[in-house]
Amino acid sequence: MIAANDCLLMSGALFALGVAGVILRRNILVQLMSLEMILNAANLALAGFSRAHGNLDGQVMVFFIITVAAAEVAVGLAIVVILFRLKKTAHVHELAGLKL
Amino acid sequence: MLLWLILLLPLASFAVIGLFLLNRPRLASMVSAGTAVTTAILALAAIWKGNSVEPAAVFSWLRVSHLRIDFTPEWDRLAQLMTFVVTFVGALIHVYSLGYMKNDAGKARFFAYMSLFMFSMQGIVLAGNFVVMFVFWELVGLSSYLLIGFWYEKPGAAEAGKKALLVNKLGDFGFMVGILMVWSIFQTVDFQRLGEMAWLSVTGGNEMSAELKSWLMLMGLLLFCGVAGKSAQLPLHVWLPDAMEGPTPVSALIHAATMVAAGVYMLCRIFFFLAWIPDVLTVIAWVGGATALFAALCAVAQDDIKRVLAYSTMSQLGLMVMGVGLGGPAPAMFHLTTHAFFKALLFLAAGSVLVALHHEQNIWRMGGLRAKLPVTFLAFLAGMLALSGVPGLSGFFSKDEILMVAFARDKVLFGVGTAVSFLTAFYMTRLMAAVFAGRARSEAADHARETPAVMLMPLVILALLSVAAGYSFLGVKDALRDFAGFASAAQAGHSPLAFWILAGVPFAGIAAGWLMYRDVSRNDALACRAPLLHRLLAGRLWFDELYDALVRHGQGGLTTVLNWFDTWVVDCCGVKGVSLSTMCLGNLLRCFHSGNLQTYLIYLSLALVILIFWKLALF
Repeated sequence: MIAANDCLLMSGALFALGVAGVILRRNILVQLMSLEMILNAANLALAGFSRAHGNLDGQVMVFFIITVAAAEVAVGLAIVVILFRLKKTAHVHELAGLKL
Repeated sequence: MLLWLILLLPLASFAVIGLFLLNRPRLASMVSAGTAVTTAILALAAIWKGNSVEPAAVFSWLRVSHLRIDFTPEWDRLAQLMTFVVTFVGALIHVYSLGYMKNDAGKARFFAYMSLFMFSMQGIVLAGNFVVMFVFWELVGLSSYLLIGFWYEKPGAAEAGKKALLVNKLGDFGFMVGILMVWSIFQTVDFQRLGEMAWLSVTGGNEMSAELKSWLMLMGLLLFCGVAGKSAQLPLHVWLPDAMEGPTPVSALIHAATMVAAGVYMLCRIFFFLAWIPDVLTVIAWVGGATALFAALCAVAQDDIKRVLAYSTMSQLGLMVMGVGLGGPAPAMFHLTTHAFFKALLFLAAGSVLVALHHEQNIWRMGGLRAKLPVTFLAFLAGMLALSGVPGLSGFFSKDEILMVAFARDKVLFGVGTAVSFLTAFYMTRLMAAVFAGRARSEAADHARETPAVMLMPLVILALLSVAAGYSFLGVKDALRDFAGFASAAQAGHSPLAFWILAGVPFAGIAAGWLMYRDVSRNDALACRAPLLHRLLAGRLWFDELYDALVRHGQGGLTTVLNWFDTWVVDCCGVKGVSLSTMCLGNLLRCFHSGNLQTYLIYLSLALVILIFWKLALF
């Protein structure tokens, strides 16, 4: 039996790891992966709450999010691939072309 | 209607000349002189009708809540007497100017300014309240400035005009503050209504609080500031001698007969309420006495014929002011009138001498003009005797009245007046001896020829008036004796002792002068015998130098301090401080905006953590 608390703890840990990954890593591909972790931390929390309340609304929500996230990752990865082709690098400090 | 004509005709003349006739000097001079003569005739007619002149239409000029300033011509005995002096002497001097300014390039401009002056001066005389009087007071100052600096291409004249304007402005500022105080204390600036109030409060027990008394005293002294500026009394006298840079008719009309007398006229006009602040009157009397003595001393050592006369004017004005201060406005006005005649005469005669000598003003380069300019000589002699106060001429009667008041009220001031009287006779004899007696001491004096009739005619008329104005049949002497405003000033008794002193002093002065300057050489006899005294007096006791130093060090020091304050406190701490601190703060905040997404994310997560812990701590 998995308690709601365990779910939340797991979700918090995933979120923290994701944030740390976005902040600390310099490779844009890894940052994108870390973002996915943050998203999934939210998903996990939703599923945990849904289970704890005996209500399926949260799980429905998770499905929607996963669908949208798949689309979003497709777009994000495409951007990353094109960026890499243009700049020949995946290091974020060198991808500062939008900075003023 | 008549009064409006007297006031506005000169203004019309000024406007016509200024707008249309500046390129036609002959016509311009005729218009101006014609206006002056017409005004004089109209004024005589109005005075003849006296108080029965139909009241002039009231022109309401300013009305703000209960401050009401009407433009009503005042037409009492005082105004009538002064109008007579102004218009009559003015007309004669206009006629004289036709000859004096004949070949001057700026003739039209000169006559335009003269008309402007006549208008402004008449405005002062007819003013029925303080504000209107102040307006014309300033206008008179303006026309004086324009006429002193008439020959503006001469640096001296331009400087003198500026000096006159600035010194007058100093006095006028006090005058203005005084007027504001009158308004705040009495809630009215109208002479007649003030008169009624003064009458009430004098009869109504005369219980004034000490505070009100000190306010009134301050008010009186401030009003006197205006008088000191305009009538060249002691601290503010420095402009008058320099004002002689202007054309001689201007010196005669403005700086001897009328404008400088405006201060005395104003004192007489407000005498009714000066009379219930006796301390102020005392101050006025002493300032007048000091001015009279100081100026008479200075006149002894001047080399310029017009400067001698200028100091003499100052001295006589001092006597008049002293007369008012001693509680004798009627004698002061009497002396003002006779003085206007003989001082205008003296200046015009001096102008005649100057024309004959091609503008040589140094009296030690004249001499021997008695035979060459007989009419001028006789006129000058009449003026000189009248000014000296020789018994039988107008100056004696009027000076006698002032000094009689002094004898009754204050023996010290009587002594001052007697000394002034002696000095007057002395320096006038010196002037006569240097200019007319002996042999010619320069080529110009040798070839002098009598001036044209248009200049001599006013001289003759003024000479006759100077001799006769003191006798009662002309009506000048008793014009103000029972004037209502002066009723509170009791007439001083007649003292035989004072009379004989006053009758004898002029002769003593003339004799002393004649002994000293009988054999005129190129040099001043006083300079040979008492060089130190001569230097002191010729330097006019170094008033100008004192003021110069005051301005240079006092004002200069103040400006240095203020400049320092501006540079270091206002600019550095104020202006630059604000900009610098903004810039520093901006630079500091810029460090947080790295443009790096990850840094922003750190801030975001940190803020999130802080928020969560804060929220948890609250619960």
